[in-house]
Amino acid sequence: MDYFAQQLINGLVLGSIYGLIAIGYTMVYGIVGMINFAHGDIFMIGGFIALITFLILVSFGLTAIPLILLIVLLVSMAITALYGWTVERIAYRPLRHSFRLAPMLSAIGMSFVLTNYSQVAQGARVKPVPPIITGGYTLHEGAGGFVVQLSNIQIIVVITTVVLLALFTWLVSSTRLGRDMRACEQDQTMASLLGVDVDRTISMTFVIGAALAAVAGMMYLLYYGLVDFFMGFVAGIKAFTAAVLGGIGSLPGAMLGGLLIGLIETLWSAYFSVEYKDVAAFSILIVVLIFLPTGLLGRPEVEKV
Amino acid sequence: MQTSRAPGVAFIFKKALISALVALVLFSLMIGVRTEAGSDGQLTYWTRFGDLAMMVATVFGGSIIVELLRQWWGPVGTVRVVPAQVTSALSLAGRLVAPVLLIFTFLVPVIFYNERYILDLGILVLTYVMLGWGLNVVVGLAGLLDLGYVAFYAVGAYSYALLATNFGLSFWICLPLAGILAAFWGVLLGFPVLRLRGDYLAIVTLAFGEIIRLVLLNWQSVTGGPNGVSGIPRPTMFGIPLSPGDDGLAAKLGIEFSPTHRIVFLFYLILALALLTNWVTIRLRRLPIGRAWEALREDEVACRALGINTTTTKLTAFATGAMFGGLAGAFFATRQGFISPESFTFHESALVLAIVVLGGMGSQLGVALAALAMIGGFELFRGLDQYRMLVFGMAMVLLMIWRPRGLIGHRAPTVFLERNQAISSDLVKEGHG
Amino acid sequence: MSADQILSVDHLSMRFGGIVAVNDLSFGAERRKITALIGPNGAGKTTVFNCITGFYKPTSGSMRLAHDDGHTIQLERLNDFRISKQAKVARTFQNIRLFPGMTALENLMVAQHNALMRASGLTLLGLIGAPSWRVAEKAAIDLARTWLERIGLLDRADDAAGNLPYGDQRRLEIARAMCTEPALLCLDEPAAGLNARESAALSELLLSIRANQGTSILLIEHDMSVVMEISDHVVVMDYGVKIAEGTPQHVRDDPRVIAAYLGADEEEAIAVMESGT
Repeated sequence: MDYFAQQLINGLVLGSIYGLIAIGYTMVYGIVGMINFAHGDIFMIGGFIALITFLILVSFGLTAIPLILLIVLLVSMAITALYGWTVERIAYRPLRHSFRLAPMLSAIGMSFVLTNYSQVAQGARVKPVPPIITGGYTLHEGAGGFVVQLSNIQIIVVITTVVLLALFTWLVSSTRLGRDMRACEQDQTMASLLGVDVDRTISMTFVIGAALAAVAGMMYLLYYGLVDFFMGFVAGIKAFTAAVLGGIGSLPGAMLGGLLIGLIETLWSAYFSVEYKDVAAFSILIVVLIFLPTGLLGRPEVEKV
Repeated sequence: MQTSRAPGVAFIFKKALISALVALVLFSLMIGVRTEAGSDGQLTYWTRFGDLAMMVATVFGGSIIVELLRQWWGPVGTVRVVPAQVTSALSLAGRLVAPVLLIFTFLVPVIFYNERYILDLGILVLTYVMLGWGLNVVVGLAGLLDLGYVAFYAVGAYSYALLATNFGLSFWICLPLAGILAAFWGVLLGFPVLRLRGDYLAIVTLAFGEIIRLVLLNWQSVTGGPNGVSGIPRPTMFGIPLSPGDDGLAAKLGIEFSPTHRIVFLFYLILALALLTNWVTIRLRRLPIGRAWEALREDEVACRALGINTTTTKLTAFATGAMFGGLAGAFFATRQGFISPESFTFHESALVLAIVVLGGMGSQLGVALAALAMIGGFELFRGLDQYRMLVFGMAMVLLMIWRPRGLIGHRAPTVFLERNQAISSDLVKEGHG
Repeated sequence: MSADQILSVDHLSMRFGGIVAVNDLSFGAERRKITALIGPNGAGKTTVFNCITGFYKPTSGSMRLAHDDGHTIQLERLNDFRISKQAKVARTFQNIRLFPGMTALENLMVAQHNALMRASGLTLLGLIGAPSWRVAEKAAIDLARTWLERIGLLDRADDAAGNLPYGDQRRLEIARAMCTEPALLCLDEPAAGLNARESAALSELLLSIRANQGTSILLIEHDMSVVMEISDHVVVMDYGVKIAEGTPQHVRDDPRVIAAYLGADEEEAIAVMESGT
């Protein structure tokens, strides 16, 4: 039971990170209707920028951890958001009204570019950082000596996710930008006729998605203590799986999917085999889609005849 | 030629300046600072402001050039008047491309007999041509998106490798078996995705490809795990080995043995397999099943109203595409003599899909040209070393922006009464998958 | 009602969540006759069509199709493609659904899919180019040519369907449905968007299909001149229920029908009253 509780905690933390990335996929899909294959790499870039900012701050002699984290968060969000904006501008905007497969291939190309860009710029080797946030709480000490722990970093990851999710839900539901985004999602032509700046709204969608991915990248760095140029691919596929599992286009669905994928992976590794954790996640995705072709919270597609 | 409406120098300069500024922010940390783990495991960094300045300057200059080019070219979508002679010459050339290319391919081993590198490259290109033609059945004709095509390539390769190394079956027995097994997996993938559309289909096929790769990687007792399968037998010319021994082909023909014989044999083998794929696809397009695939791509609801069983239509498309992938996989295994899961990553699927889309969905010639351009181009960049994938990715983005509908932008009808006229790809649907 | 009905719909109901689109509807379509289903927008006509042609599964009720040879089929038990393949019910769509990237001829070839599949030995005979397949293919092209001629599109046989003018697309869709050799042809607003001349040509085409092929026709139509001219029997729906049925003259004078149209759309009501006189 204790073991299970511990795995549950670990799974939820991992799931929060997936969820943050998945929101970026689902937002872009909702508005532009394309899979942004480069999004996983945006997450990776976010992790790298967080790492570099952290190193610089430390070498300047800054010691207050909360201040460092805040600066790292802001810098990483800002620069990564610019990456998101640039990718949309270069690779997707020219293909806005094109055939469906062209932007997808362009996105795959962009993903190759970003992966290899950071490989060339920062080297192929894994970049480890010493634990930045240490300590935690012992929740329960079992009879067998097994200790259920909740580390500070886990708390930070979950709290950050919840806060961002609340902020983001508010943004989509109650701001001008959110309204524009929802309008573009329904009907871009009509939205532009009613004075919504479609280009700007789409750009902002990419910017917000990238900023959230940057947070996820930073959390990943803090939690696992390393980044490497290839981590975007695997995390990207997982997050995309999460977005689809939850029902692509649905924001709560993305978060739910993220948590589920995180839990499945962690529990499978804990009870069955680590090697097959991804196989388990993908298989569950396929099984869910057989019964719910539009995911858990996706709108069922009504066939118009 | 500059018209009065064209933006002036100030505009170009301003635009370039903004681009440079964006580049400065983007590259500031990623290029301006380099991190590396030291020998003690401690992470250190150093600055590279020179490189950063160079990159920003390049973006500034590049932006000016792009803007100038854009003005010279005129607004996007400008229709350029092409003289009639040029048009007719082009259409004649267009009709000649396929036969000329085919004859040239047949002659490659003769012309480049002593250039092992070119022969190897030719084999590689032809393998991708075959893969492209195979995937074209699924994506180009039936309009079903498949991001996990490499799975069937892997199934074919491992089928041959395992059957040959464990049971000593010959290549010619394993080849059809590999095709059948891959087709079987194609149907297996087909079933869960029958009801799925668009991006749901994309992720499930992608997941399927990853599942196959992960199982190959982790099922050590059967597949050898990350070490793969080695010592896969080389193909024989219908039982006669291409070896230096007394029972080898060279000895039987009474000619001197040369290792090139095997390369040439492999070249013609993959050429034959690719042409078989092409022939079957062209035949199928003119049969009711092929027309049903294309009709499915155009409008699934209308298909159902016409009494077409969309389930079997989709499954046959998946199975046919998978079978060709499996055959190509068996060839890959026998050519390499060694296979491991590393050869069957998502990158391969993406590459084959890019070949199909760049070729112009559904066009056989387009796919062949795209395979030649992509694989050949990729080889040209071999000297770029670590920048190779970077350039490759950029090329993919640029090619898509340049020709979103692919090199061959029209569809050839499968039957005609009077005139065999191509259909503009603007009318051709992409399918929902 | 006459005993020789090709289609009899009994107590058909269709609900979407809380909305009742069709409520306890019963009517019949006579063999080798043209039956029109009319009613104001939103009356549930297309829903009835979608039930008959298997795109929706009705909530309750039965739909029986009786073929010439006497065997009957319960349509609600078949789904999507089997309605066309086994029950021989073909349909067209309100918003034309041709295969736009295929030529007119190819569209008609696709319609003969099931017959050609058998002829091609499920592809194998076709792949090796067996003579029997060649004969069948030629016959299919000839059938397509005949239909192209009848709808006046022979000279555009090799043009992409998506490139044809609107009126031609409508006729091509009817020809495509006819190429499945149906017993019952269901047309969803075939005259929508056609001008007066094209409407007249359409009426002529439908009358000739009934006369030459002996196909029974069920059509939804708003163009009252077409309905009054060619229908043998008219069923009027409003709010998911049948409010009247009978000959065109009978229906035209029915006060409930006039009220339904007046309540919904004044122009259409006037059209009902004025047309055919």
